[in-house]
Amino acid sequence: MRERMKNFFRYRFLLGELVKKGIKLKYRRSYLGILWSLLEPLLTTAVLTIVFGTLFGNDDATFPVYILSGRLLYTFFSQGTTGALKSIRANASMIKKVYVPKYLYPLSSVLFNYIIFLISLAVLIVLAMVFRVFPTLYILWTIPCLALLLLLSYGVGMILATIGVFFRDMEYLWNVLLMLVMYTCAIFYYPEKLLKSGYGWILKWNPLYCIIANFRHAVFGEPVHLKMFLYAAAFSIGSLVLGLIVFYRKQDEFILQI
Amino acid sequence: MAKEIIRADHVGMKFNLSKEKVDSLKEYVIKSLKRQLEYNEFWALKDISFTLEKGDRLGILGLNGAGKSTLLKVIAGVFKPTEGKVYKKGKIAPLLELGAGFDMQYTGAENIYLYGAVLGYSKKFIDEKFDEIVAFSELNKFIDVPLKNYSSGMKSRLGFSIATVVAPEILILDEVLSVGDAKFRKKSEGKIMSMFDKGVTVLFVSHSLEQVCRLCNKAVILDHGKIKAFGAIEEVADVYRKMLE
Repeated sequence: MRERMKNFFRYRFLLGELVKKGIKLKYRRSYLGILWSLLEPLLTTAVLTIVFGTLFGNDDATFPVYILSGRLLYTFFSQGTTGALKSIRANASMIKKVYVPKYLYPLSSVLFNYIIFLISLAVLIVLAMVFRVFPTLYILWTIPCLALLLLLSYGVGMILATIGVFFRDMEYLWNVLLMLVMYTCAIFYYPEKLLKSGYGWILKWNPLYCIIANFRHAVFGEPVHLKMFLYAAAFSIGSLVLGLIVFYRKQDEFILQI
Repeated sequence: MAKEIIRADHVGMKFNLSKEKVDSLKEYVIKSLKRQLEYNEFWALKDISFTLEKGDRLGILGLNGAGKSTLLKVIAGVFKPTEGKVYKKGKIAPLLELGAGFDMQYTGAENIYLYGAVLGYSKKFIDEKFDEIVAFSELNKFIDVPLKNYSSGMKSRLGFSIATVVAPEILILDEVLSVGDAKFRKKSEGKIMSMFDKGVTVLFVSHSLEQVCRLCNKAVILDHGKIKAFGAIEEVADVYRKMLE
């Protein structure tokens, strides 16, 4: 264990470099650069508001804030886990040539997406001000929600990364599953109708929905739903533990597969 | 009593050479149902044991496919051996594949930090040595150019300069270092020789017996993954000559 900690500190500079590389290269050669991480969610929110607000007749004044808060969290989850899933294969040439602790690859790809995500939260703040959703003391609950989101994404990412090495199909399968996750996250609709029908469990069993719902409660100044929060916490920690176990069990075989 | 730097203890490395690569779920299910999942087991290394002391320079000889590069990679830590263990002390400079981890979109300067980090250097260390690396690689003019615009010679010059800026305890060399043009090759050989003089422990793979005799004091012959001879260079060289006849 102490050996492991020592190793972690030795390679934290590399972790930093890999995270930096992800952020730098994502927007390199685009004119607006990092601004895209603000612009992109804003534009998609505009589209979603037009489609699901105006066209579907949802005229709630704060609807854009509602959409954006859900979409930002989902987008991070989707990009972070997909990045982690591909991270081992993407770095195959490096893994085959030098020794680097392998968990650094999924970790760095989740972290760099997380940093971009945190930057893009600025858009949410501005949009909330514009639509007069002002912070209350409940806003502090966003912090544990965001922490859970990171744990969940890294845990799921580790599991996916391990499976992805052995079965390339996982990349395609995960795309489909992500779509399912997206529709059961209540990003661009209000969940009440669904929750009151017999199918409410679809949402409640989705840990990402639980995180998003609580994050929204915090943003809109409502108390969190403690049961959902605890479920999401248990799920996140569970997936993290499982992810670490499968990853460490299988990591020495990676090099033989890629 | 000389200090023991590397000890390989019954190291074995097994590969599964499946005839077709099974990496899709469908194939895996079908083949395992049909019990067609056969693996061609292949031991690239088997029962390799030896020790090296500080300052030893080991030449690794053998024909193609004898397991030389695999052995180097096991010692460098890239492969984890299927059996046995490698004990090693001190910093390793693996001059195996220069520039592993280079990013083509990054500039030369950015790559110095990235590759340095891959090799386990600290930020402070790279800050201190940055100018030295650039000077040695002779790439001053191109250091802010993306790597994809470099020639392959320039890339390996940069890789070599970064990898050799440390004073390692163990140096791993694969084949003759043919880095860059004749002028740079001379310079890089000089750099490696100066490391030799500092008493670094060396593992050196080569097909040229003459080169191994010149550089090494010990040698090992690998044959189909097993040690055929190990010992002082003169004795092993005789065995190797006979083997080639």
